[in-house]
Amino acid sequence: MTEVSPHVDGNSLAGPLSDIFAVDMTRAWWRCPDCGSTGPLAELHVYGPDPGLTARCAGCDRVALRLVRHEQDTWLTLGGAEGAFRFRTAP
Amino acid sequence: MPLPWRTARLVGRADETATARTLVLDAPGWPGHLAGQHVDIRLTADDGYQAARSYSLGAPADGTRLELGVEPVTGGEVSPYLADDLPVGASVEVRGPLGNWFVWRPEQEEPVLLVAGGSGVVPLMAMVRAHRQAASTSAFQLIHSVRGEADLWYREELGRPDPALDVRFLYTRKAPPGSTRPAGRLTAADLEPALKRLTPAGTVYVCGPTGFVETAADLLTSAGQDPATIRTERFG
Repeated sequence: MTEVSPHVDGNSLAGPLSDIFAVDMTRAWWRCPDCGSTGPLAELHVYGPDPGLTARCAGCDRVALRLVRHEQDTWLTLGGAEGAFRFRTAP
Repeated sequence: MPLPWRTARLVGRADETATARTLVLDAPGWPGHLAGQHVDIRLTADDGYQAARSYSLGAPADGTRLELGVEPVTGGEVSPYLADDLPVGASVEVRGPLGNWFVWRPEQEEPVLLVAGGSGVVPLMAMVRAHRQAASTSAFQLIHSVRGEADLWYREELGRPDPALDVRFLYTRKAPPGSTRPAGRLTAADLEPALKRLTPAGTVYVCGPTGFVETAADLLTSAGQDPATIRTERFG
């Protein structure tokens, strides 16, 4: 690919989020509280690089979630708020 | 329970283009997958450093056999190694199947348009093959945009006449001799005939580099296609 692009889409979060959620999160429905865009998590814009991922609204770039993997833990922040949940995701 | 990482063995590798490869893995315990789904592949270095990346599956479920499309990213940590250096017989870790959004199921009866940019054809090829395997009579069209003939994936298979599939190749840099369409990027005119055949209410799957997907999605919605019927997958 010669095109340099800044993001992938929410489909790429399927694996990392499967460490935390029992359902496939790419189909989870999301509504942006800022611009009102709606759609599945699969269509959010995801910025890396791994292991720190930020998913943003495709319409207005508002942060929808942040996910950071560090050693045995995955840290998850929902929305653009402060504070993160820590999950032990590796033995 | 989180999806487990499984050990899979590389059992085959085939060239698709000068740089892109199809990797065939044997993944014991594989639960099966839907056309369009992807897997995460994880490599562990001798010092314990791990890197995981997502790869689309290019073929429908077939026991423990997985077919991955790998287009090496220049300077990438994982893809150049997978494409050319991982020896046949060696093992990697694989997790999946992943993603239930960008999928085609054999019970879908509506007409379908697949729009591929470069190696974005990989998950769409899984849909084409699943459609053929199911002997589905729903209308299937594929528009495959590539730089030139040398960048075509699955060239022989897609070049074979298939009454259940309408294939159109678009060349962005260099059109082969005899082409009626001059080389150039995807335009509204390229999509128009395909969209006409998509009535009533067909589904469009678009996969490719981010810029390509954004352009295609904009052209589709401008042409009147309901955004709710367009599913996209961008790989950066």
